[in-house]
Amino acid sequence: MAASGFGDVVGRGGSAGETITLEARAVPAPGARQYRGLRVGGIVALLAVWEALSRSHVVPAVFLPSPGAVARELAHLAATGDLWRSVGASLGRIGAGFGIGSAAGLIVGILAGISRRAEAVAEPLIAAVYPIPKIALLPLLILWLGIGEAPKIALIAIGAFFPVAIGTATAIRDVDPLLIRAARSFGAGRIQIATKVQLPASVPVVFASLRLAAGMSLLLVVSAEMIAATAGIGYLILYAGDLMQTSRLLAGIVVLSVLGLLSTAGLATLERRLFRGRARG
Amino acid sequence: MRIRFEATSKEYVRRDGGTIQALDGIDLTVASGEFVAIIGPSGCGKSTLLLLAAGLLPASGGRIVFDGQRAGRPLTALVFQEFALFEWRTVLQNVRFGLEVRRVAAAERDRLAHEYVRLVGLDGFEARYPSELSGGMRQRVGIARALCVDPAVLLMDEPLSALDAQTRQLMQDEILGIWERTRKTVLYVTHNIQEAAYLADRIAVLSRRPGRVRAVLPVPFARPRREALFADAGFGRFTQDVWSMIRDEARTAMQEGA
Repeated sequence: MAASGFGDVVGRGGSAGETITLEARAVPAPGARQYRGLRVGGIVALLAVWEALSRSHVVPAVFLPSPGAVARELAHLAATGDLWRSVGASLGRIGAGFGIGSAAGLIVGILAGISRRAEAVAEPLIAAVYPIPKIALLPLLILWLGIGEAPKIALIAIGAFFPVAIGTATAIRDVDPLLIRAARSFGAGRIQIATKVQLPASVPVVFASLRLAAGMSLLLVVSAEMIAATAGIGYLILYAGDLMQTSRLLAGIVVLSVLGLLSTAGLATLERRLFRGRARG
Repeated sequence: MRIRFEATSKEYVRRDGGTIQALDGIDLTVASGEFVAIIGPSGCGKSTLLLLAAGLLPASGGRIVFDGQRAGRPLTALVFQEFALFEWRTVLQNVRFGLEVRRVAAAERDRLAHEYVRLVGLDGFEARYPSELSGGMRQRVGIARALCVDPAVLLMDEPLSALDAQTRQLMQDEILGIWERTRKTVLYVTHNIQEAAYLADRIAVLSRRPGRVRAVLPVPFARPRREALFADAGFGRFTQDVWSMIRDEARTAMQEGA
């Protein structure tokens, strides 16, 4: 009986049978965020260990400056304007590359999702190019487009294109056939089915693919800036590393973390604002 | 509008090239303004019959004839067992979907949509999304969406089968009330004999696959019908008779796992 987990509330009656009582107890309100302490605690613990390591000089400050030093460096970068110039350069590239790439991805994805013919053309091409690590294309892009902004933007565009194209095409093809049948039963034609059913039904998955593409953009902008650039967060990090300015290097990494969080949160907010009804689906 | 199935059959081609005969030589007429229920064991092609009537599938033999004054209305509109609502549209936007497809002017479209939202008793819920509604309310949206285009024939494919027993009971009265107000020609597929007997003027009994019309039974109860009918001895006898017609086939269908 003890194995039931109610050992402490089981009556000790013998042959007369047992009384099992499940007492009322309060449960957390639904939607309340659980383990708030642990969530914050994990980050605090990491910072504490980091701080302790730097202070104890077990790890030399040149390899691991303290969190405080990184924060001071960040403030310094912000004050001199280096931070904003770097972030601005990187965001400009991401904005252009992500914009072009995801727009192209949406167009190709929609066509491939709606038209079997377009899918037949696009599917093998995408399958062939998608597995290539995109950063490997940078030398080729520099050869073609020169050493300015163009090859970096093109690289990010290519990186953003694939998740959006594949995600959009898959989402459209996976729309419940019953909904398409319902639309057809009202006499909807192909274009009406596309605009009134397939596209709106695909929105959540399309947004998920946009988030993937945003992450890919951040990855590629930093990679590209480390290979060929004179500005941007990636350049700042690489340059700081070369000069053993470890606080500056870590400050750059913190900035990347913040940028990643902001882009994800921004897209999620946009999705919620635009498509209120879906969230509860 | 009268709808006449003349020797209508439907064969599905399977992946392996074989064929499945879903419907075989269906002859059935639904008079204008008549409510006809189709019952039969599962897998007898009841739903296929509606898809053929809706023009969503071509028949492989015979034909389906609509005659009467169409006056620019769509021939049919469908109500689905699984509701098939557009989750990203509000109640009102769902109801007016068919009118949008038919490019009805915005003002007229919204006026009609509000009218049918009221007809199914959902006033006050126009701005809600389907995910915020109960099953019974969702199907009311499905019914309003179909009625809103004013179809010549309303096709209902097991509209209450996805609902719990109590909601189904209430919705039967709802459908009866709506039909009394609109007097549509209705073709109503169900596997529930009581439901068919309560709602319909006549019941077409289909055999198991390939579906054939075994019998067309006039329902002998006067309208308007009210819930008390369920307790009526004659009602019990009638539904028992219908059940005895399909019991053996239903059992065979169940054993075949259809």
